[in-house]
Amino acid sequence: MTVTDPGAAAVELAGLTLANPVLVASGCGGTGRELAAYGPLADLGGFVTRSISLNARPGGPLPRIVETPSGLLHAVGMQNPGLDHFLATELPWLAQQGTRVVVSIVGGSLGEYAELARRLGRSPGVSAIEVNLSSPDAPGTGVFDVREPFHAASVVAAVHRDLPRGIPVLAKIRTDVVRVVESARGVLDAGADAVVVGNALPAAMPDGRPAGLSGPAVRPLALRCVTEVREQLPEAQLVGAGGIACADDVRSFLAAGAVAVQIGTALLHDPTAAARAVADLRGAP
Amino acid sequence: MSIPTTTTTTTAARTPLHVTAEVLSVKKVGAYHHLTLVAPGIPERFRPGMFVAVSVGGEVAQSRLARRSFWIHRVKPVGGYGATIELVVEAVGVGTRWLTGLAPGARVEMTGPLGRPFALPQEPVACLLVGEGYAAAPLFPLAERLRERGCAVTLVVAGADEAHLLSALEARRSARAVTVVTADGSVGSRGRVADVLDEVLTRSGAEVVYAAAPLGTLHAVAVAAEAHGAWSQTAVEQPLTCGTGLCQGCAVPVVGEDGVARLVRACVDGPVFRGDRVRWVELIGEEP
Repeated sequence: MTVTDPGAAAVELAGLTLANPVLVASGCGGTGRELAAYGPLADLGGFVTRSISLNARPGGPLPRIVETPSGLLHAVGMQNPGLDHFLATELPWLAQQGTRVVVSIVGGSLGEYAELARRLGRSPGVSAIEVNLSSPDAPGTGVFDVREPFHAASVVAAVHRDLPRGIPVLAKIRTDVVRVVESARGVLDAGADAVVVGNALPAAMPDGRPAGLSGPAVRPLALRCVTEVREQLPEAQLVGAGGIACADDVRSFLAAGAVAVQIGTALLHDPTAAARAVADLRGAP
Repeated sequence: MSIPTTTTTTTAARTPLHVTAEVLSVKKVGAYHHLTLVAPGIPERFRPGMFVAVSVGGEVAQSRLARRSFWIHRVKPVGGYGATIELVVEAVGVGTRWLTGLAPGARVEMTGPLGRPFALPQEPVACLLVGEGYAAAPLFPLAERLRERGCAVTLVVAGADEAHLLSALEARRSARAVTVVTADGSVGSRGRVADVLDEVLTRSGAEVVYAAAPLGTLHAVAVAAEAHGAWSQTAVEQPLTCGTGLCQGCAVPVVGEDGVARLVRACVDGPVFRGDRVRWVELIGEEP
């Protein structure tokens, strides 16, 4: 390991130093413990939690995840144990893993987002907040439905206002090529420190229920969105996400102007995918 | 009230591995294929009731993202190769057809062993094992472990017909009594598992019932066990996307030890659950 690929070096994101540019995407790393069975989380640039809501959410009916060519359709319904349980049992463990802990939040109202930001901002071990503004299965789940770019901006403004200084806000927006630049500009103006470009695309389960589409199928779209935002907003700090599975994918997103990337669906296929991408970026054997 | 069973293990032994396995052989037995693989580290960590998650490879690799999970049927020491694992696979879809079509020497990405295994009794009590179709696979190594502990093992093996029956012949080595049930009556008695449960529970005097079968049969076993005052351990098979606890796709409705109803994951909180803890009607969607 004498040659170091610049792709594996530490990066600065929203004022935070990440050991490398590879983060675990929200909802694809369990509570962190399940993933840690395959290698230390400290090897990664950061860990984004599944979206946490104020109150526990039981999640949706089965089937929740269905395979589709080159992708997964999912309608998990943002199952999570709620903020209190997360703070009591999951965050303390995550905070000891030697990686950056980014807590993804989702709310039913602006007030709920603000409350989540206020309480998480005071909790030791939280490196940053990621505001989930692009949940593809939001309709019918009681989650604040971000239909328009100004909706996203108003959520970020509410979070930003109630978050203690020094905790950066990452805004995860929808990869809708037509509106992505407008969305990115809106959340940045509202106080977001960085923009996560990429989430599952709105899709439908075979039975018609709202779902998200993730995986290699959405990667070219996410890359296009990162490129567009980079061109229009050259100062913005971007995190790329969407179907990224290996070191080559990471390189193409970094080349398109992302500071860091998130690996999600690939971990469901291979729990070592993120660690492997980091090792390959380093040129490790 | 506590279950008279125990699962003692160290943290290290519980850690699953992600490995590249090598196919040693693929044999067609009845309607199923038996795959023997060299999967370094997995046999050593195996306990009955655990499974492996396989990545579909070949031409469809990367287009088929969900993993395919299989019960570990057997762990065998093989000279020159280290220990091997054996899986029982029914070729029903793209992934299983790819897997059963592999030639010796082919590479397979797999993660395992995964899941919570069957809990073993502390005392040498009488045990009833109920398996149906390929799902009966994890019961064979379980029978051996139970016999080692001095438990009297009674086995019920069931299937649609003879081709969908795992070898009862082999089962006779570790079981005191074997009952065979087929839906068409081609071997053993004709009918469903539920038809023979009362009789074998009475005859065996089983204090613990272990079951690995389709959900409807598992429900019937859980109900019958409770009626006979026996504990039940049911291996719940759900389609698993990741198999590793990451995706929350495999929700199973249970009542926790605290009496609170909740959804847990089949892959890491199971696949083996106490039969009296699963909310079967909700899981199956209807009465069996």
